[in-house]
Amino acid sequence: MSAAGHPSFLDDTGPRKGVLAWILSTDHKRIGLLYLYASLGFFFAGALIGLVMRLVQLDRFHHLVGAQTYNALFTVHGVVMIFLFVIPGLPAVFGNFMLPLLIGAQDVAFPRLNLASWYFYMAGAAIALASLFLGHGPPDTGWSFYAPFSLRTGTNVTLAVFGAFVLGFSSMLTGINFITTIHRLRAPGMTWFRMPLFPWSIYATSWIQVLATPILATTLMLVMLERIAGVGIFDPARGGDPLLYQHMFWIYSHPAVYIMILPAMGVITEILPTFARRTIFGYKAIAFSSIGIAAVGSLVWGHHMFTSGMSPFANLLFSLLTMIVAVPSAIKVFNWTATLYKGSIDFQPPLLYALTFIFLFSIGGLTGVMQGALAVNVHLHDTYFIVGHFHYVMFGGTGFGFFAALLYWFPKMFGRMYSKTAAWIAWVPMFIGFNMLYFTMLVLGLEGMPRRYYNHLPVFNTGHEVATVGSWILVLGLVIFFANLAYARFYGAEAGPAPWGGSTLEWTTPSPPPVENFPEPPVVTRGPYVYGLGARP
Amino acid sequence: MNLEAVLPHEHRDDFAGKLGMWLFLLTEILFFSGLFLCYSYLRAKYPADFHQAGSDMNVVLGVANTIVLLTSSLTLAAGIVAIQRRRRRLALGCVLATILLGLVFLVDKAVEWTAEIHHGLYPGASHLARQPPGVQVFFGLYYTMTGLHGLHVIAGISVLSVMAVWVARGRIEPDRPLALENSGLFWHLVDVVWIFLLPLFYLAA
Repeated sequence: MSAAGHPSFLDDTGPRKGVLAWILSTDHKRIGLLYLYASLGFFFAGALIGLVMRLVQLDRFHHLVGAQTYNALFTVHGVVMIFLFVIPGLPAVFGNFMLPLLIGAQDVAFPRLNLASWYFYMAGAAIALASLFLGHGPPDTGWSFYAPFSLRTGTNVTLAVFGAFVLGFSSMLTGINFITTIHRLRAPGMTWFRMPLFPWSIYATSWIQVLATPILATTLMLVMLERIAGVGIFDPARGGDPLLYQHMFWIYSHPAVYIMILPAMGVITEILPTFARRTIFGYKAIAFSSIGIAAVGSLVWGHHMFTSGMSPFANLLFSLLTMIVAVPSAIKVFNWTATLYKGSIDFQPPLLYALTFIFLFSIGGLTGVMQGALAVNVHLHDTYFIVGHFHYVMFGGTGFGFFAALLYWFPKMFGRMYSKTAAWIAWVPMFIGFNMLYFTMLVLGLEGMPRRYYNHLPVFNTGHEVATVGSWILVLGLVIFFANLAYARFYGAEAGPAPWGGSTLEWTTPSPPPVENFPEPPVVTRGPYVYGLGARP
Repeated sequence: MNLEAVLPHEHRDDFAGKLGMWLFLLTEILFFSGLFLCYSYLRAKYPADFHQAGSDMNVVLGVANTIVLLTSSLTLAAGIVAIQRRRRRLALGCVLATILLGLVFLVDKAVEWTAEIHHGLYPGASHLARQPPGVQVFFGLYYTMTGLHGLHVIAGISVLSVMAVWVARGRIEPDRPLALENSGLFWHLVDVVWIFLLPLFYLAA
């Protein structure tokens, strides 16, 4: 029995007990938690590598690792963070756990396929991590595996690429599952426009997963074939073209950025109305801007290649499209702000982290627009500015969206409440450390510090020192944040079904939810965010 | 607590099953489309070399294989109609014929590859390395695309073998033959991809 005194999905109610009851479970909530634990493990590993990389940039610790190891470190940091944490993080963890609850369903459309996706994820992760220890050392190409270097290097690229290839299956199958779930399993009365906005963002994300991931599979397959058999499609010595590789890689990997950020935007859209105690401003604008981001975002990949030798016309087109994709993103930010206006705000930790998301994501987004300008891009290309920018988006955006989602839904997932004070306290070092680390990178990049360099000129010393100290402060915040949640998982006070007074369907069921989610199948008669008169039955 | 007591009876949604399959086919199409993109770009870059390389292809075998594969789609479609009309033995015969035709396709393909490898036309061969760059990538693409297609044929044959057992045991319900229909969709996709591969490689000259 759980804290709430009712049998929940956390109790083994099936024929199996213990670990087997988890790793063979087709319950979307258990699979969501499996993803949560695995991806958090990878996040901590990735963060540790990041910490070492920052340390190496201090003169005193410079010789802690050699140049070749440094190349491997930034490659592994990128692969682990992107493929194992940021891409599957929100859709696989909270998409799995919350999507069926938010639309009033019992489970996803294909529960067994869902479990299979988790196994694909774990297998891909195991293969990618095995590449670090087998063969001739960990890959040193950077996470983008650019040809022709990735074809020539003696390190273990083939296995790492194969790991990413397998991870792609997990992503695609999850996307297929969620699209079908949203089409078929919405509760009676839940029309498309009565659906909460997190499912909308998952819907857009899933389409990107289905449409873009296969191209990554093709590309990675060609890299493997190239290394094994020498088919020559990306190899200039055999008539192939490395620029073709870059196109194909970014045809997936730019939309993948929206796989990462859209679900985080969806989380923020759930959190704001709950704590502003009013309906979301511009429901349809937010819903369609998710689709708009997914659509336009699929056509902007060339902005990663402005200095690669594309035609000026192609550069111009990609620059224009990049500017355009900022429009639906800005629509969201304006609507979020307008939602807070004249709300009766109940300032709780999830809202704090959600607002931090908006702030950090805005910096990330605006620096992105800067890079979208062709002339500026030439100056900023491959500098720390880029590194700072995408950490603002990926970490400040997706990362803080993930933290906000954890704080918002933790009481629902485990039926227990964490210490709100500790969540406030953790925020302070996280916010300060984050900006010390990544804003400094923006400045360093503007001054000309190239990314992925083992060494730096003495003129950049101060910047690197500030950033490294920032990384320590940031990690301190992370430790407090997760220690708080880990403690609350076992010893937290009972949370009750709706600790935040949210109006969406997941708060109508006990916490943690029972296996079948809803004791009675819900019937929906109103929109998702209704507060005030007649809000709760 | 017993799960059966908590959960209502099994809920089956064939429409969802069909939708999921179509989405999966979409990913398959896009998986191949990446290779078609490589092909179109490299062909535009080396039109003359592709013409020269295409003249080394065995058109007769290629066309014969096309006929084999198209016929196999016909037999499978006939099998689905047969099961819907509750003629299980006929349906089983149709599925087995499809598997047989798939195997014939693979044998034909193996004969072609063997001949080409014998002529030194494979990545890594010194003969191919002396050819113009467009010819080299043509054969790189040829082995990649027909190889990937061949893997899909093998996957299709495996799935259809399971289907044959299910049909024989009466597991396919005549009113709702979802599994057989979805296998058919996959098989037809494999067929459609081949219809594009034939002109791109065999008729490139």
